[in-house]
Amino acid sequence: MLRTINEAMEYIEEKKNERKKKLQDLNIYVCIGTGCAAKGSIKVYEALKEILKENNIKVNLQALEESENRVKRTGCCGRCSSGPWVIVMPYGYFYSEVKPEDVREIYKETILKGKPVEKLLFTDPATSEKVLNLEEAKFFQAQSFYIMEEIGKCECDSIDDYMGRGGYLSFLKVLQEENPEKVIQVIKDSGLRGRGGAGFPTGLKWEITKNSKGDKKFVVCNGDEGDPGAFMNRTLLERDPHAVLEGMLIGAYTIGAQKGYAYIRAEYPVAVDMFRKAIEDARKLGLLGENILGTSFSFDIEIKEGAGAFVCGEETALLASIEGKRGVPRPRPPYPAQAGLWGYPTLINNVETYANIPKIIRDGAENYRKRGVSNSPGTKMFSVTGPVKLTGIIEVEFGTTLRQIIYDICGGLHEGYEFKAVQIGGPSGACLSEAFLDLPLDYDSLKSAGAMVGSGGIVVLSKRTCMVEVARFFLDFTKRESCGKCIPCREGLMQAYHILEKFTQGKGSWEDLENLEFLAELIKKASACGLGQTAPNPILSTLKLFRDEYIAHIEGICPSGMCTAFKKYVINPQFCKGCGLCARFCPQGAIYGERGKAYVIDQEKCVKCGACFDKCKFKAIEIK
Amino acid sequence: MKLKRNFAKVEEILKKHDYRKDNLIKILLDIQKEYRYLPEDVINYIGVALDIPPAKIYGVATFYAQFSLKPKGKYTILVCDGTACHMAGSTSLIESIKEELNISPGDVTEDLLFSLDQVGCLGACALAPVMVINEEVYGNLTPEKVKEIIKNLKEREMKNVENNK
Repeated sequence: MLRTINEAMEYIEEKKNERKKKLQDLNIYVCIGTGCAAKGSIKVYEALKEILKENNIKVNLQALEESENRVKRTGCCGRCSSGPWVIVMPYGYFYSEVKPEDVREIYKETILKGKPVEKLLFTDPATSEKVLNLEEAKFFQAQSFYIMEEIGKCECDSIDDYMGRGGYLSFLKVLQEENPEKVIQVIKDSGLRGRGGAGFPTGLKWEITKNSKGDKKFVVCNGDEGDPGAFMNRTLLERDPHAVLEGMLIGAYTIGAQKGYAYIRAEYPVAVDMFRKAIEDARKLGLLGENILGTSFSFDIEIKEGAGAFVCGEETALLASIEGKRGVPRPRPPYPAQAGLWGYPTLINNVETYANIPKIIRDGAENYRKRGVSNSPGTKMFSVTGPVKLTGIIEVEFGTTLRQIIYDICGGLHEGYEFKAVQIGGPSGACLSEAFLDLPLDYDSLKSAGAMVGSGGIVVLSKRTCMVEVARFFLDFTKRESCGKCIPCREGLMQAYHILEKFTQGKGSWEDLENLEFLAELIKKASACGLGQTAPNPILSTLKLFRDEYIAHIEGICPSGMCTAFKKYVINPQFCKGCGLCARFCPQGAIYGERGKAYVIDQEKCVKCGACFDKCKFKAIEIK
Repeated sequence: MKLKRNFAKVEEILKKHDYRKDNLIKILLDIQKEYRYLPEDVINYIGVALDIPPAKIYGVATFYAQFSLKPKGKYTILVCDGTACHMAGSTSLIESIKEELNISPGDVTEDLLFSLDQVGCLGACALAPVMVINEEVYGNLTPEKVKEIIKNLKEREMKNVENNK
């Protein structure tokens, strides 16, 4: 337990030295983020522990504890597609796709001899060559890591490791200077904008909350990352929970709050556990609780788990949910900064916004602004998914183009896939065509293109994806997630969904197209909260940039071949050997023929399941 | 005769959350974990204990996707239908589960072993398509892999039953 600020400073210095020494020593880090864990990293971790234990028993029992401890758990390094990751220090070897059976070789070559295991090294998709360290890979160099510091070398569940990286020094500085106005000024000067999507200036929000009168004040962390295709917040909470916690502490001190809530989705159990442990560790050291480090500042944090409602990412809905109610938004003003939780002034920021705060205090506004562009300083984490070679979390400066992200960082699309569009910003975002590949990504230029940063989900779509189906998919999501309070959103989205469904089933008409456009504009204008106001974006952007696909659907063709209603399975008599395999597997009995002669498909009976297509050994079945 | 429920477990959960009204969602999450759904009598019990009308609790219970008023299976299968998973073919996973267990999303098998739900993004998009069974994540799935996973679980259950005989 640390009792004074000076004591804490000394403690952190000590941890810094310890960490420096540790990195020069033999240490093995295993990624246990959700992605790697799903691919078996826990088993790799156990196997490594086992082999160290096994081999040391014969040598020296004393070393057992110590060498066992040398296997560390590190949070997500962002490259989930190549997991599980194992990093061996001090050599800095990065091993990808490690299986438990590879552990013996790592032990024999790397741990005993210090040599890399060739076959486990990561292949840089840009050069197709093996790299020893991630730092050498092109995708790594093309990024700008700031919030995601010390990739692969930070221990997600250790407060000592965070302090070893200089963590909590920013909070101590704020506590020592006793000048909340200065903190607000620095954040204002830094130009930091809310990472939750709308991009509201963070410094201004803090100032309003500080100046609002109330007996109590609250600090809330919005970790209700519900956008399908986005997992930056999960990654951040799993890999560096203390950075978020420190940001909340600084916020609480600045605005004068006594209590904080971290609202995290129940669907992210690892993130919830990591943050819970972070809170406990901070309490043990005396960084949370009554009279922190002997000052008059008292603050504590409670975790509130979300229960699966997308609309709770909207701040007023989130606050209602913390109060234990239905997550229904209410009109603003009053903003949460004026009247939030139980009517008291409440500071509510996104996970990533809080993680930026300690860095800004540490580096100063001017240095912070060196990254990014003038209206959107700093970096942003994005999650990239779709048929690109490397999927996962990336961090780039604002102003980076989509082309750089997709081709330089993610290695371009898989063989056989051709770029068509990107979907950015989740269900509230938009689809951008090839023409926008060189658009610099920042809050304002994306807005002018009719899209938004949103929480930062980027889904790459290939020519095999139908844009009408994409719009239908998002509407299916938003119509389900509409809280039902206001009519334009509740009824409008349902009707728009039905029209889109008609299109994908091949029943769309010109009148439907007109109605759809009218309805989308109307929902945007008339809805009460951000969900309804942005839900039509996927329709509007696809109508604008991919109108020809809607028209093709009216004319009876799905250009991408994705909508099954348009598919027609036909047997090419030239290739058909008449083996009858397809007829045996057809669940509808829709295929007829005589053995040895070409078979035919009865289109009336065919349900387009594709079973015949998969079974045919001669590629005689064609999709038209 | 209708079984009388012993509310000791419910009391324990209520106590854990200090009988606080604002902890209602946490309490319901724990109840859901304990019973695999929110039984009607338990909802009424919580209503009395926290002084919240049961109708309000129903309002909360039906609002959030994590809660169910119908029992869930011993193995709760969640198939992700987020953007990345949908594009990677999550619909075909649902189809293969339907074939294997004869249930649709929202249903539970008659022996209460398996329940199936289609959910929004689980945040593991890099491994799409994904499903989660009792908090264990399975990634890069194909309909064949899904069938195999379910068959293995079925076999495990069969063995359990035999061992208990």
